[in-house]
Amino acid sequence: MLPPRSGAEVGPPLVPSRHDPAGGAFVRFDLDDDLAHARRHVRTFAQERIAPIAAQLDAEARYPRETLRAMGEMGLMGVATPERYGGSGMDVLAYVTFLEEIAAADASHATLMAVTNGLPQKMLLDHGSEAQREAYLPPLASGRQFGAFCLSEPQAGSDAAALRTRAVRDGSGYRLRGVKAWVTAGGEADLYLVLAVTDPDAGARGISAFLIPADADGLSFGAPERKLGQHAAVTTTVRLDDVFVPDADRIGREGEGFVAAMTSLDGGRIGIAAQSVGIARAAYHHALAYADERIAFGRRIREFQGVSFPLAEMATRIDAARLLVQRAAWAMDRGYRVTKEASMAKLHASETAGFVTDAALQVLGGAGYTRDHPIERYLRDARVTRIYEGTSEIQRVVVARQIVRELERGELT
Amino acid sequence: MIDFSLGPTQKEMQGLARRFARDRIAPVAAQHDRDASYPTDVIDEAARLGLLNLRVPEAQGGLGLGVLDEAIVGEELAFGCMGIYTVLMASDLGVTPLVLHGSENQRDRFLTPLVGGGARLAAFALSEPDAGSDPAAIRTRARREEGGWRLNGRKMWISNGALADFTVVFATSDPERGAAASVALVVPADADGLSWREVHGKLGQRAAPTFEMILDDVHVPEDHLLGEVGDGIRIALSTLDQTRVPVAAGSVGVARRALHEASRYATERKAFGKPIAQHQAIAFKLADMEIRLQTARWQTWHAAWLADAGEPCGHHAAIAKAYASDAAFESASEAVNVLGGYGYVDAYPVAKLLRDVKLNQIYEGTNEIQRLVIARRVIREAEA
Repeated sequence: MLPPRSGAEVGPPLVPSRHDPAGGAFVRFDLDDDLAHARRHVRTFAQERIAPIAAQLDAEARYPRETLRAMGEMGLMGVATPERYGGSGMDVLAYVTFLEEIAAADASHATLMAVTNGLPQKMLLDHGSEAQREAYLPPLASGRQFGAFCLSEPQAGSDAAALRTRAVRDGSGYRLRGVKAWVTAGGEADLYLVLAVTDPDAGARGISAFLIPADADGLSFGAPERKLGQHAAVTTTVRLDDVFVPDADRIGREGEGFVAAMTSLDGGRIGIAAQSVGIARAAYHHALAYADERIAFGRRIREFQGVSFPLAEMATRIDAARLLVQRAAWAMDRGYRVTKEASMAKLHASETAGFVTDAALQVLGGAGYTRDHPIERYLRDARVTRIYEGTSEIQRVVVARQIVRELERGELT
Repeated sequence: MIDFSLGPTQKEMQGLARRFARDRIAPVAAQHDRDASYPTDVIDEAARLGLLNLRVPEAQGGLGLGVLDEAIVGEELAFGCMGIYTVLMASDLGVTPLVLHGSENQRDRFLTPLVGGGARLAAFALSEPDAGSDPAAIRTRARREEGGWRLNGRKMWISNGALADFTVVFATSDPERGAAASVALVVPADADGLSWREVHGKLGQRAAPTFEMILDDVHVPEDHLLGEVGDGIRIALSTLDQTRVPVAAGSVGVARRALHEASRYATERKAFGKPIAQHQAIAFKLADMEIRLQTARWQTWHAAWLADAGEPCGHHAAIAKAYASDAAFESASEAVNVLGGYGYVDAYPVAKLLRDVKLNQIYEGTNEIQRLVIARRVIREAEA
């Protein structure tokens, strides 16, 4: 079981020259046999069950209920949730390994997997009461129910302290009122983790976290957004019209919701980074296969440096991105503070996915611009990785803040 | 002498195209993109206003405008919608081989009907399913026969295609001899044996229809041959030298639209207590977008000016095309990030810019091919 983490300052910073407190070998680049075996299993499932339907789901913007249920049965919807709460009891490294495989088949599936594995379960594990964990985790971790996270609002995204959704005290609970934006699986999920303002004068420390079931009175959903990509990962607004939430469904103490969510976001960012690696890998493999077959000027185009150099660049950047993801996951599994490492992984991997999908499309030329090949979908799907769970600009803000802190504390690495 | 000013007619055309883009193109762009529908009304009105087939010479009843004129107009129209501009641009791509290499008689027969009476389009067919960047590898076969030529083969990525009055088709009269046996033939829309298959599922520029052309024993008369046997590839490449300039101009229009949308949003949207334009992370993006925009426009106009002056323009057109389309893609992508989630959904026009302008990096020679063209000259000069 992971060491408990309850705030941004918990856990030592990651200093690579120090000894691993868990006692393992410090630098190890292979996956252990169990994880390698599980990865093969997930890859086979992803390539055989998800990849063949991805184009159709994209065209129809259809939420993939059946394959999500199958993923739940495989234990992919609660990878790092302990077995006693119905999860797979594995670690973050396993989670990002599986997420890359799912994303290489279809980014929308990976986003949906990341959402339900992410904050709804993470917040319950880190900050929920035992009663809340026992009630809510087993259906989520087994994939029988699906969780969604509601933070952003139409006028507040990167600046979460500007949230306007209010939670006003009402007897033995709260009344919530406001509009949440960009909610993945909105209208499809069974359980919504909602952040709302309980004390407007306290800024980020006046925000609390609440669990709301889909059928709560006053909860409604907007029409699915018409997005550039990730069409199967349906996104809607969520409207709260005086939704009553009992005290028992507040997670953690009043005013602690935002800080707790931000801490748990570290893991979410590593997940988006892993997803980005998966999309990039799929695009790169497709471009490589095409360059091996397509003939121009009497040769396979991979024999021209104009094509082979972009392929080499793609391979290099993907490897670097995956290593950043694995390092952040590894460190998180050992209880290190990974705010900086998670943001670095997310920033680099999502920018890599943008570069790789674009360069891969270019290898295919006109063919890559059509739906006869999956690359245009990869490009559209990858674009949002630079936006959600904090834009690339916000990742730079986070990294910059962390490195200045290291400088001030003499912890520069 | 260096003079960067526009003449009175150019300013007038620029104003006309700007108003047309704002009032007629931009309001319907999202709908045509969503439905992948051909913008009949827009193209008809463009034809009436003289914004279609600009390059048809005055002797054939056209405006006889130059490449710079087209670049000025093209930037404005693409600001409204790159896909809709592609319909207009691709027609001049079909017109240009006749302007540069047609006899007076051929121009009279094929170009005169294009002007003065509603929307009439031309098309240009060089690429094939298995030959794009390497035109010498084309397999479409032209065999001599009684009174003319018989064409067989398949052409790919033909903008306007089935909607065009005629298509200039590049073929080979002897596959063994490659470019030396290439021919350029004007194929009228009503030729027997000609059929089209529309390309569906494009990432962007969905208002501009794209076709595969199937030539099954198509007969064209002898006098449909442009130039001589063996001139085909030369005609194609000299055409592209000029028509890459409008591609660059369209890219400039997209880059300007991206900056327009991003700067407007950044001055309204607030985060951390001030408009996001006041945060350097966003302000610097806007500055970089402006730098790319200005640079791309001057490269484009310079190449256009060379073409109009009768100077070799291929090198500079390649620079303009590659630079402007790369710049526009980068600016569109940055604009998406400035708008965040709003940049990713089609309620705002920014995501479409990204999808549309990706094609500018591909058509009329991928940017890799532009770099090949540019590198060849650099190397040749170093060796000389």
